[in-house]
Amino acid sequence: MEHPYAITLDVGTSLANHTGSWRTKRPVYVDRLPPCNAACPAGENIQAWLFRAESGDYEAAWRKLTENNPLPAIMGRVCYHPCQGACNRGEVDEAVGINSVERFLGDEALKQGWGFDKPETESGKRVLIVGAGPSGLSAAYHLRRLGHQVTIKEAGPLPGGMMRFGIPKYRLPREIIDGEVKRITDMGVAIEYGVKVDDIAETMREGRFDAAFLAVGAHIAKRAYIPAGAAARVLDAVSVLHSMEDGEKPMLGRRVVVYGGGNTALDVARTAKRLGAEEAVIVYRRTRDKMPAHDFELEEALQEGVLVKWLSTIRNVEEGEITVERMELDASGFPQPTGEIETLATDSVVLALGQDVDLSLLDNVPGLEIDKGVVKVGPNMMTGAPGIFAGGDMVPSERTVTVAVGHGKKAARHIDAWLRGETYEPAEKHELASFDKLNTWYYDDAPRTIQPVLADVRRTSTFEEVVGGLDETNALYEARRCLSCGNCFECDNCYGVCPDNSVIKLGPGNRFKFNYDYCKGCGVCAAECPCGAIQMVPEAI
Amino acid sequence: MEKDNPMTSETTPGDGVQKLHFYQKGTFTVGNRLVSSDERSVQSSIDRSNALTCGHRACQGCGEALGARYAIDTAMEAAGGNLIAVNATGCLEVFTTPYPESAWQLPWLHSLFGNAAAVATGVAAAMRVKGRREVRVVAQGGDGGTTDIGLQCLSGMFERNDDVLYICYDNEGYMNTGVQRSSATPPAARTATTPVLGDEPGNVFGTGKSVPKIAVAHEIPYVATATVADLRDLEAKVKKAMSIHGARYIQIDVPCPLGWGAASHETIHLARLAVETGFYPIFEAEHGRVTSVRKIRHQVPVTEYLKLQKRFAHLFKGDKVDPRVARLQARCDANIAEYGLLDAA
Amino acid sequence: MLKQIEGSRAMAEAIALCRPEIICAYPITPQTHIVEGVGALVRDGTLQNCEFINVESEFAALSVAIGASAAGARAYTATASQGLLFMAEAVYNASGLGLPIVMTLGNRAIGAPINIWNDHSEAMSMRDAGWMQLFAETNQEAVDLHIQAFKLAEEMSMPVMVCVDGFILTHAVERVDIPQQEDVDTYLPPYEPVQVLDPADPISIGAMVGPEAFTEVRFLQHYKQQQALSLIPVLADEFEDLFGRRSGGLLRTYKTEDAELIVVAMGSVCGTIKDTIDELREEGFLIGLVTLISYRPFPVDQLRDALAEAEHIVVVEKSVSVGMGGPLANDIDLALRNMAHPPRLHSAVAGLGGRPITKNSLADLFRQSLVQPWEGTHFLDLNERIVARNIHRSRKVRRSGPIAENLIRQMATEN
Repeated sequence: MEHPYAITLDVGTSLANHTGSWRTKRPVYVDRLPPCNAACPAGENIQAWLFRAESGDYEAAWRKLTENNPLPAIMGRVCYHPCQGACNRGEVDEAVGINSVERFLGDEALKQGWGFDKPETESGKRVLIVGAGPSGLSAAYHLRRLGHQVTIKEAGPLPGGMMRFGIPKYRLPREIIDGEVKRITDMGVAIEYGVKVDDIAETMREGRFDAAFLAVGAHIAKRAYIPAGAAARVLDAVSVLHSMEDGEKPMLGRRVVVYGGGNTALDVARTAKRLGAEEAVIVYRRTRDKMPAHDFELEEALQEGVLVKWLSTIRNVEEGEITVERMELDASGFPQPTGEIETLATDSVVLALGQDVDLSLLDNVPGLEIDKGVVKVGPNMMTGAPGIFAGGDMVPSERTVTVAVGHGKKAARHIDAWLRGETYEPAEKHELASFDKLNTWYYDDAPRTIQPVLADVRRTSTFEEVVGGLDETNALYEARRCLSCGNCFECDNCYGVCPDNSVIKLGPGNRFKFNYDYCKGCGVCAAECPCGAIQMVPEAI
Repeated sequence: MEKDNPMTSETTPGDGVQKLHFYQKGTFTVGNRLVSSDERSVQSSIDRSNALTCGHRACQGCGEALGARYAIDTAMEAAGGNLIAVNATGCLEVFTTPYPESAWQLPWLHSLFGNAAAVATGVAAAMRVKGRREVRVVAQGGDGGTTDIGLQCLSGMFERNDDVLYICYDNEGYMNTGVQRSSATPPAARTATTPVLGDEPGNVFGTGKSVPKIAVAHEIPYVATATVADLRDLEAKVKKAMSIHGARYIQIDVPCPLGWGAASHETIHLARLAVETGFYPIFEAEHGRVTSVRKIRHQVPVTEYLKLQKRFAHLFKGDKVDPRVARLQARCDANIAEYGLLDAA
Repeated sequence: MLKQIEGSRAMAEAIALCRPEIICAYPITPQTHIVEGVGALVRDGTLQNCEFINVESEFAALSVAIGASAAGARAYTATASQGLLFMAEAVYNASGLGLPIVMTLGNRAIGAPINIWNDHSEAMSMRDAGWMQLFAETNQEAVDLHIQAFKLAEEMSMPVMVCVDGFILTHAVERVDIPQQEDVDTYLPPYEPVQVLDPADPISIGAMVGPEAFTEVRFLQHYKQQQALSLIPVLADEFEDLFGRRSGGLLRTYKTEDAELIVVAMGSVCGTIKDTIDELREEGFLIGLVTLISYRPFPVDQLRDALAEAEHIVVVEKSVSVGMGGPLANDIDLALRNMAHPPRLHSAVAGLGGRPITKNSLADLFRQSLVQPWEGTHFLDLNERIVARNIHRSRKVRRSGPIAENLIRQMATEN
């Protein structure tokens, strides 16, 4: 239709007016590093797998998770979840129960029988792994995914290493370990049990291995000199926990004293309670806040009736009793003896004073250096001996399952590069998605009617090893509490709040893009992005 | 049923699990991939009509441009695209239709500053007489065109209960002409005609009017206030208004970065603070009675709202706190009391 | 059908015959009876498919009509005097948007001082508003002009005011031939807008137009009215063919063929003038009349043709442009401009605020124009004693410019 001149216009003709020229700053989409991911020793992309879990696509979530960690059912039980300590949601209400969702996904995978894909191509390279603990299994999985032939030589009769012999069943049921290990062997990883490697160099030569990853656990209990009578019953934590697996239950008696302040001490005390001890007392020379064990584990132990004698050292052990000296912390926080002595009646004393690794297999390896009971490795996890890498308890680091899994992955990547004569360069880390980058208005503070449910969920997630895992509803709920820090979760806010209609929605899974022809650079999208995934960048003028 | 948040009552059936699911991840965001498609906002849709499209000449961060697209897209969807808009003179008209370009994508008519309500009455009557009952009519204007110069026509449209949804984009002043005072300008605010001079700098306390209340007094079927800071609430209200025939009035708080002296990225933040302080009460009324209010989620003192705006900067100049800040807080408190904006602790 | 009927009622029936779809009503004397009449026809079902809307002001009345017209409905309203001024902004807007609204003006004076009686002040106030303005001489012509007005408005996409003298026409009961519906339907097809608000084909009407295009918009409006000068006589011819009577057109002449003096006037006063002419012709005064029907568009060429042979022109008009004089006289002057031997123009303002215009006064005026022609504007039947007293009183305290001084001197010599 021919319109009356000038006063009547065709619709949508404003598209001819490119208002983008007004802009002095432009918004750009960014992926910032979520604090949970940053804190994860296993390098899990937690935000990414929670994103998949929250829509109920658990298999996709599990597959995303296992890109970095092949052991989620184990991890969901034994990880000390530093991710949750870093979680930005903690500043809103409470951290997301990441660990419990991980466990749910791991269990779901075992229940549904999800497996890993075999590599599409074979590299023809052979890698030896010593030890089928978390670090070794992790490395095996990642190397296999990269197409390498992997053989694990394990001294023990079963896989799992310290996960099996150092962590009580009530925290980690053995069928979980078996299930997750089977998935790895199903990929074509070979595990030889009862094979103790005495000479790594020789073993490599014999087996024509191109590289090796050493992942021996710290199975040797540290001893401390304590004067003890001949009839005194003194055991070490490693053997107590180990014997739990042998079917020969340790005889600890009615009253048990555990000496030490780490998680192993708690495990032993709680095991003792489960074995029927009426009294399990932990003797620790410092205070609660100095205790290396995780507070939630202590809390659980206390709830189970474990007693703790703080600021105390054992001076002497006799049959039926021990002598304890009270300590005081000096200005530097170090315990000093006071001379105040008391006696405690006990049937046995279990020493939980830390563990060492058996490094005898490394004798006669040129270039390989050992310092303070651990192997020195470079940033690429390689020892001084070319082609021999090490991780887990063997290298200087925190000794947790999660750290070990992380070492396995990291070593695998470097080994893979090394095998190809290259150097692995990890991608540059994104800027941290700190709390100030978020606009938390958009996340709901759960309405009161729902709060009791929420409290239940949290309780469940905290006590999962005791109470059991989350059901699907709760897992979903917990997953949906994730703020998705620093990563677009397609909430459509930018698409909605743009006064200039200058955000193009690309459809589910494809996020958005800016239409810079019209974007005036007002910054509303960046200000209103809940998760801090938009950055305003000055225009070059 | 009391509807303190349209999302809780309207989109979730009695099923606790459903409710639980809904209250997750970006509950207040524009979109939520976790809810079923029929519960998603119009603005989140890739198929939204973009009734007000790119290339318009509104300032950076214009709340009115945003509010207009929010409202008209929702009305478009509710009317199945059978919508005609009548626009009063003002920013919205000027920045959308300077010859030779129009940013509108629906039939749109601009006549004068003060007659949008009456023109819309005429359009609606024409549709009725032409037997085109499916075509719905929206009139829209700023606060000047609504609360001042257009009030007579608006009142006439109300009392005749004409089948028009009138939407007022309230940016609290005559922004198009260079930020002069309107009867919607809040006390103490600096405008070009209420300068920071004399004994009572800024807009005078005890002046102004509430057109939503005036609308309620007409006992028309539906009156609501809304804000660009709460899209889902806004959409629910427009949708509801569109489900009703007769005179309807929605007033939307649309911050004006230029006129308020605020950073362009603060537009939605300011609108949110206006609600959370009690400065701008958000409510619904039907047939002369208030039927629901939008409760404050996290109450904040009015200073947090005021300090982001240069129009109130004179209140924070000296060493001492200007006593008029307390008067503005009292205004918020009075709103909170009148509309019951806070849940009992 | 012949009826003895009040003018307003007759117009109401004629308007109803035009099948308007939207009627906006707001009361103001003396147009009130017209909309009351149409309203009754809507209520009693005579006029079907029509919305009768009682609005809250004239501004709203025309605004509703604007909306309705833009949405494709045939829209009608009526007003007068203050009402027209109150809607002035919308008057300009309707024409600017090219909306073919028909509006009746029951012509009335503008206050202050408030005055409800007839003159043409309000019509003249909107002469530049872009509307076409047709003036009816009789109630029959008022009826007929409404029918022609809808057709004219819609063919030109331009609004039309039908100006009828308040009380003199609106309230006079006379014999009027009310047309048959089928004839009106034949004459006036359903409204087909050139543009319309329609979701099926959206457009944006009412853009802001800057200096780059505003002149062209105005030129096109002006051009359109110039075109209407050709259309208006055609519509009158068609009307005559169908209804058998001559009504409308641009202008009408009465005994001008041999006239030395031609009077020019608009509206109902032309009846009195024709009677006066008849009497003066009996005295041998060669005098005639041009009745101007279409004031906007202003038929310059047709007037020139009609007036060229006369020696004197007397313009009698019911309006004054204060500070200038008679606006119609001024416009007639335009028609005579640049002629080789133009007739001499005499301007008279008469009948302000309803003052009766008598044959005697008119006859005196016409004679005087020959024997004692005046400069400027003559106010017919002005009570000079009263104004002189007031002027002399105010003279003591106020400064007076040379023109005002002249006016006073002139008055003194006339006395």
